[in-house]
Amino acid sequence: MKRSRGLTFFTICVYLFLFAPIVIIIMTAFGSDDVITFPVKGFSMKWFANIFTSDMFMKTFQISIQVAVIATIIALIIGVPAAYAMSRFNYKGKGLIKNIFFSSIIVPGIVFGFSLFNFVIIKWKLPIYTSLLIGHTIVILPYIIRVVASSLEGFDYSIEEAAVSLGASRLKTFILVVFPNITSGVIAAFMLAFINSFNNVPISIFLTGPGVSTLPIKMMSYVEYYYDPTISALSVTLMLMTIGIMFIVERTLGLNYFSK
Amino acid sequence: MKKKWFYTLLVPGLTIIILFLFIPLIYTIGSTFIGDSGFTFSRYTTFFTDGYYVKIFSRTLKIALITALISMILGIPVAYYISRSKKSIRGVLIACTVFPLLTNSVVRSFAWMTILGKNGVINNLLMNVHVIGSPLKLLYTEFAIIIGTVYLFLPLMVVSLVGVMENIENDLLEAAESLGANRLTAFFKVVVPLSVPGLIVGSVLVFTGAFTAYTTPQLLGGNTNIVLSTLVYQRAMTLGDWTGASVVATVMIITTLTVIGVINKLAGKLNERGI
Repeated sequence: MKRSRGLTFFTICVYLFLFAPIVIIIMTAFGSDDVITFPVKGFSMKWFANIFTSDMFMKTFQISIQVAVIATIIALIIGVPAAYAMSRFNYKGKGLIKNIFFSSIIVPGIVFGFSLFNFVIIKWKLPIYTSLLIGHTIVILPYIIRVVASSLEGFDYSIEEAAVSLGASRLKTFILVVFPNITSGVIAAFMLAFINSFNNVPISIFLTGPGVSTLPIKMMSYVEYYYDPTISALSVTLMLMTIGIMFIVERTLGLNYFSK
Repeated sequence: MKKKWFYTLLVPGLTIIILFLFIPLIYTIGSTFIGDSGFTFSRYTTFFTDGYYVKIFSRTLKIALITALISMILGIPVAYYISRSKKSIRGVLIACTVFPLLTNSVVRSFAWMTILGKNGVINNLLMNVHVIGSPLKLLYTEFAIIIGTVYLFLPLMVVSLVGVMENIENDLLEAAESLGANRLTAFFKVVVPLSVPGLIVGSVLVFTGAFTAYTTPQLLGGNTNIVLSTLVYQRAMTLGDWTGASVVATVMIITTLTVIGVINKLAGKLNERGI
């Protein structure tokens, strides 16, 4: 069926709604006024300089990257074998196991964050940084398992059987035969898990303490007290990071993955 | 041998989830039922009879429902447009939809602060053309939270719908039209019913997302428009009332699970009717 003009107009309006705020943010990031004004007066790069000279932002940025990378690696170490087991073997209770792995999607982030804080930090007295890592790992695990499982779907296990029958051990077979076939899926899983951890607010907000805070949490408290374009500049920087990640995901998994 | 492998590979993941997700949750939920003299349900009767809490609960529910509804109204036509686009354009449109999704929620809420604020884009514009004499109060209202959450979750609705709509054959629509239905009728009688599975997934995601969102209500709602998730944080971290926070957290979990259950049940009923 052809699309009517009305539908095209409606779609354009919705995309304007989605992108106008982003465009406004980008423009205010280059304004020279000390408060955010729109339309922008003058042109300045000082807000970008501001972020890179601000210890607070640079330090939390580093922590965010660090937490996201470590949590993603842990989640890969745990998630890849799990995804492999679930797509390779059929056993009783598989449905239940799958539900357990995906349960962190259903539990509201703020509730999970609070219960981690309540139990792990208050009761068990685990360090904040460790708890933050654990929280992020659990939240991103479903993304890893889903993406890796979907790339394993296209793998022909008879190749693996051939390697095993020729005398390779299970582990060696996995490393030399299975893994190379799913590398692009693993890279995509890494990118998606990384950005989800990096962007996380509801879990991180409970798991901050002296010296431990992530960038989104610092941004939130900054926004509540100041109203200058530093946050706009920081937003633009983060958008560039998003674009980079989208580019890699498009190259590996394909962005169409999102509509499946 | 194979069986052993299967379970060994799953053990690390299951352990970490049970240890750090399930046990803390059970502990948090369980603690709300233990009073000075054993089992008690009183904290929940207090919650649901206290006007203040009931107001926050219904506000949160209202925001989530309106968000889901608006996302549907905006999302269905857009998803349909994308699903009928040429492959190259479809890719661009999906990229444009995914981009906000992968952008930090603080950034996305902050954008609306600059638009709705006292000196924000809308107020400046209206003042400059002398439509209003003094700035309107747009920020720190329920309206601001709703705009912000729709903005946050609309892409999820679109993305959930596109996948389903892509599979609707053009022949079906042509058949409907050749039988005399006009485009709009064909759309509502053919496309929308066939999109129900995507609509269900999308609504669950948007509703639960909006119901439990923290960043947007915190930044756009201010101190007067508290929702359940900001209430959990406030109870725990500002007031040190951990049991109170646990009660609110439990109410959130139960409501989310109930809504998911109801929507799935409705979906089952619709399937029985053959839609």
